[in-house]
Amino acid sequence: MGEILQQLVNGISLGAIYALIALGYTMIYGVLRFINFAHGDIFMIGAFAGYFVANAISHILPIGSIGSVIVVFVASMTICALLGALIEYLAYRPLRTRPKLTVLITAIGVSLFLEYLSQLLFGATPRGFPEIIPNHALIKSKAITIDVVGAVVIITSFTLMLVLRLIVKKTKIGTAMRAVSFNQQAASLMGINISKVITFTFMTGSALAAAGGVLYAAQYPSIDPLMGILPGLKAFVAAVLGGIGNITGAALGGMIIGIVESFIGGTFLSTYRDAIVFAILIGILIFKPSGILGKNEVEKV
Amino acid sequence: MRPQLIFALIFAGLIGLSFVTGKIDPYYYTVIIFIGINITMATSLNLINGFTGQFSLGHAGFMGVGAYVSAIVSTYLTTHGLGTEVMGGVPVMAIALLVGGLAAALTGLAVGIPSLRLKGDYLAIVTLGFNEIIRVIIQNVDFKIDGISYVGGARGFAVPQLSSFLWVFGIALVAIYFVENLINSTYGRGFLAVRDDEVAAEAMGVHTTRFKVRAFVIGSFFAGIGGGLFAHFIQYITPDNFTFLKSIEIVVMVILGGMGSTYGVILAAILLTIMPEALREFSEYRMIIYSLMLIVLMIARPQGLFGSQTFTRFFAKRKAAANKV
Repeated sequence: MGEILQQLVNGISLGAIYALIALGYTMIYGVLRFINFAHGDIFMIGAFAGYFVANAISHILPIGSIGSVIVVFVASMTICALLGALIEYLAYRPLRTRPKLTVLITAIGVSLFLEYLSQLLFGATPRGFPEIIPNHALIKSKAITIDVVGAVVIITSFTLMLVLRLIVKKTKIGTAMRAVSFNQQAASLMGINISKVITFTFMTGSALAAAGGVLYAAQYPSIDPLMGILPGLKAFVAAVLGGIGNITGAALGGMIIGIVESFIGGTFLSTYRDAIVFAILIGILIFKPSGILGKNEVEKV
Repeated sequence: MRPQLIFALIFAGLIGLSFVTGKIDPYYYTVIIFIGINITMATSLNLINGFTGQFSLGHAGFMGVGAYVSAIVSTYLTTHGLGTEVMGGVPVMAIALLVGGLAAALTGLAVGIPSLRLKGDYLAIVTLGFNEIIRVIIQNVDFKIDGISYVGGARGFAVPQLSSFLWVFGIALVAIYFVENLINSTYGRGFLAVRDDEVAAEAMGVHTTRFKVRAFVIGSFFAGIGGGLFAHFIQYITPDNFTFLKSIEIVVMVILGGMGSTYGVILAAILLTIMPEALREFSEYRMIIYSLMLIVLMIARPQGLFGSQTFTRFFAKRKAAANKV
């Protein structure tokens, strides 16, 4: 029983991170109808930005202090938001009217570019991430241990998801986002600046991925330029599982993937962990391609 | 000149060349062999991605299946009396490659059928997922027959050396000939129809699902053989040889050459095999160049360097041009 509870807690904190990344996939898919392959790499850049910022400010704000954590988060999210906007502007904007396949190939290109540029700049060897969030146990009982890190991960993720929900539902730009995702042409005729909405979407999605990157690095403190590939793909699976284009779905999907992965990790199937996540993806796409909360879309001629 | 004749001449040339390959510096020889293998891989992927328009990111998975299965077969046969001493190893290699190719084709069938409901981005991710599933499975397989280790999980698998210049380029030629003839046949137009407009093709009575599966099966068959050639050349394979990064490498060849252009894809395969070797001192820039090339190509010239020119059309044009003069 204790072990099951423990796996559940681990799964939720992992799932919360997947959910943060999945939100970016789903939002970008919502407005542009394409899968931003490079999203997992923005997550990686977020972790690296956190690493450099934490070390750079360590003599003013010692690592582990609350000020340091806040600065690291804000800086990393800002850097990635700008990076996301830049990528959209340079690589995706010229292709907006092109076939989807062209955009997909570009996205793969951007993803590889970020990975190998980081490898060139930061080196391929993994680096230890500073302990920005203390790693000792918050709750320790016979049945269950919750680290401070785990708690911070869960609380921060849920707060960010709540903030995102408020932005999308209550603000003007959020309403515009929903309008663009519903019908781009009609939204444009209503006077919505599509490019502005797309840039904003990329910035929000990338900032969430950066937060996910810092949280992930705080929990599993080893970062390298290729660290974004697998979490990125798994978050994508989460987005599809929840119903791509659906924000609540992405959060739900992330949780499910995190919990499933955590439970499989505790069994004899642990070496097949990554394969099982992909098997889930294939299963959903075959049996319910619209995901748990997604709507069915009919292709029109 | 008829294409058959051209291919026959090239094949004769290959046989002639195979007598002198022993004199080539081993380093250059390795590069040449990799060019041949990459031509087979890129030509076969071009059938799926270029001609049928089904964007697959899992070609290295099929290559891996072919590599491992053919290596299992050849290792078993060479230790059970059918080794290199029997006709210079030709029968054992032929059997190994055939079985490897068939195993990869079967995998292609298994991947193709469920993936067909998907398009574009989804298909790309699912094939990538299958690629990773195949790799993870190989990583967890390890068994022994008569004290000899097979597959070896993540450790790797020692494979007898059976590849040769003639094998590699002979098969590349067969793959090119097969794909070119298939696409230019009445039947093969179906592949192009599926790519150009699926709904219209369906309305014209083309069984789109069947064509997609066939493209996957044929493409995987040659990828499997390519994997077999690769395994029997480098003589030591690990699951990390067949990650989705390898798939992307082959995809880049197809895109650079021009999806749906056999001769463009061949040139791209040659170029992209030589380039990293020529730029060895800049090896850390290799993937950066690859990725930038993809981005710039998509913005500036999405049809690739050679558009959708095919061998036969290329020769036909030359002929027409020559007639004019």
